[in-house]
Amino acid sequence: DHHERKRKKESREAHERSHKAKKLIGLKAKLYHKQRYAEKIQMKKTIKMHEERKTKKKNDEKTPEGAVPAYLLDREGQSRAKVLSNMIKQKRKEKAGKWEVPLPKVRAQGETEVLKVIRTGKRQKKAWKRMVTKVCFVGDGFTRKPPKYERFIRPMGLRFKKAHVTHPELKATFCLPILGVKKNPSSPLYTSLGVITKGTVVEVNVSELGLVTQGGKVIWGKYAQVTNNPENDGCINAVLLV
Amino acid sequence: MSSEDVERLLIQFQDENGEILGSPFDVPLDITPDKLQLVCNALLQKISYSPVPLAFFVHGEVEVVSSLESCVKALGVETEQVLPVVYQPQAVFRVRAVARCTSTLQGHSEAVISVAFSPTGKYLASGSGDTTVRFWDLTTETPQHTSRGHTHWVLSIAWSPDGKKLASGCKNSQICLWDPVTGAQMGKTLTGHTKWITWLCWEPLHLNPECRYLASSSKDGSIRIWDTVLGRCEKILTGHTQSVTCVKWGGDGLLYTSSQDRTVKVWRAKDGVQCRTLQGHAHWVNTLALSTDYVLRTGAFEPATATVNPQDLTGSLEELKERALERYNKVRGSAPERLVSGSDDFTLFLWNPAQDKKPLARMTGHSALVNEVLFSPDTRLFASASFDKSIKIWDGRTGKYLTSLRGHVASVYQIAWSADSRLLVSGSSDSTLKVWDIKSGKLNMDLPGHADEVYAVDWSPDGQRVASGGKDKCLRIWRR
Repeated sequence: DHHERKRKKESREAHERSHKAKKLIGLKAKLYHKQRYAEKIQMKKTIKMHEERKTKKKNDEKTPEGAVPAYLLDREGQSRAKVLSNMIKQKRKEKAGKWEVPLPKVRAQGETEVLKVIRTGKRQKKAWKRMVTKVCFVGDGFTRKPPKYERFIRPMGLRFKKAHVTHPELKATFCLPILGVKKNPSSPLYTSLGVITKGTVVEVNVSELGLVTQGGKVIWGKYAQVTNNPENDGCINAVLLV
Repeated sequence: MSSEDVERLLIQFQDENGEILGSPFDVPLDITPDKLQLVCNALLQKISYSPVPLAFFVHGEVEVVSSLESCVKALGVETEQVLPVVYQPQAVFRVRAVARCTSTLQGHSEAVISVAFSPTGKYLASGSGDTTVRFWDLTTETPQHTSRGHTHWVLSIAWSPDGKKLASGCKNSQICLWDPVTGAQMGKTLTGHTKWITWLCWEPLHLNPECRYLASSSKDGSIRIWDTVLGRCEKILTGHTQSVTCVKWGGDGLLYTSSQDRTVKVWRAKDGVQCRTLQGHAHWVNTLALSTDYVLRTGAFEPATATVNPQDLTGSLEELKERALERYNKVRGSAPERLVSGSDDFTLFLWNPAQDKKPLARMTGHSALVNEVLFSPDTRLFASASFDKSIKIWDGRTGKYLTSLRGHVASVYQIAWSADSRLLVSGSSDSTLKVWDIKSGKLNMDLPGHADEVYAVDWSPDGQRVASGGKDKCLRIWRR
């Protein structure tokens, strides 16, 4: 009982205090207000101290540890333990056949989304033709099949030859010609058609960059993965797989 | 069977530039390099008075090691025609390999990031992560001065070519000048860069004997030329779009800078105008090396005249300038300076920056990024140290691959040549230093001792000592 009463009395204190502050007049009020002001200053100080503890301040005085020479500054040093575990992880991945790509999971595009049914025939009843609604790549020597027999139509407006490829380490973007579509994650049918959607791995011509192999041969083709939806943007953005 | 009927051969001595010495000589096929040396010296006696050690190369490619016969057989040369044999004078003095650690100098409270001997080899300075620059007394191998003034890690230090000043740049983009004799700061701190200083380079002695101008490159992509007497910035060279990794002041009044934006730019030092942009690299350009680097660093000091106790340079400014100019012209020869750039794309390019925009050669072979490139003091070879644990030696004139030095078990960070170009010392992340013999291409000395990665290595110009500093906060001095 005593605890209950004590608890309730303490919770009433706030109301009584505010009642006093409002209703006191005269000398008593002055004394009370002065005392209250001093109390409030102390309260504000403690609150501020607690706030400071929560926020992180930039430590200006001490020089940070881990001094490295200038040639190591822009590089992330790998701790030795990490190197070993990375090696093991890479071996496991190689065994499993999984390769590291910037976008590992992409939304699979269904046939109704990528291919549009084109009706043909005198009564517009035949529905065996399909038109690709996404951006695609056709090679240099591409010639259409005779229109009467072609099943998949790839419109000229959606054919692209160049892609904007970003080098992940240099953070520079180059406009490079596409050599071919390597793999479309949604379906092998799209790969053979040359459909480019988000997540497709494309081969691009990188002779512009000037990369060289150890033997001295110039590298002229590299893989890049598409990172945007080209049919919405009108351009193909990709990131180079180094 | 008697060996009296040995085949004879006609050889013609040529020097490196192709000039013919004397007339064709008829020599037996089993002649050794010593005898060739005697003959050649006899021919050269018209020019110099003391015998010079020489190395001989048949057709300028294959070195005559045991006898002329083996070279002729290896090359398959016709013995009917006159065979051109190129002679190369080697350094008269020999630097002995360092074998033992004579002292471990403690004092720094953080990792030692940069180490440099003064041009005469008298003083040793080291910059560290504890923001101090320390000077060390080499005769007693004890600390001499501790210079405080920087507020962040001292990333690069550079001695002026006359050895009277030391410039140091820190991560807070400040540059301070120090007097090695007293350890006090000279002048005021030079500020102006907005990001950390990556490299410092003084103007060569033969262009200005009072060693007044200093070039500094920074991560903010600009290069500033400072007047150290007045303590202010003279010129700002902008043009690079990313961090400038290295700046070198050439002996012909040109400045060469390499940057992370994959280009190397050539500037005129007089008015700060950009002359040329050398493109070709596919990733950051980490380092530059000039063929005349060593002679510009030592200025008027001739390593052959070094004594056991290193002395200061004596003589008036005019004398020093003349001596430096003479040494520079001798090393440079008739061809202009050559420049080698090493990059993160695992390749190196050899350029003739004063004349051509196109590279002379592209050197591939490394399987990881190239961290440092250095020409040998006689400019005949250059070495590239890479994170793939190997050092490769290339011909200094054509860029042809010569040999690989393998032995380190982790990335090689820095290298230093001995003053006679016969030995090379390399410091690596595996905490050892290794001394390599260039002639045989083999390891000469393995110097373990550091407790952690070795960040900086330097060989004194008088050839007596090697200093190395690393992550374990100790500076080690190695001697014979």
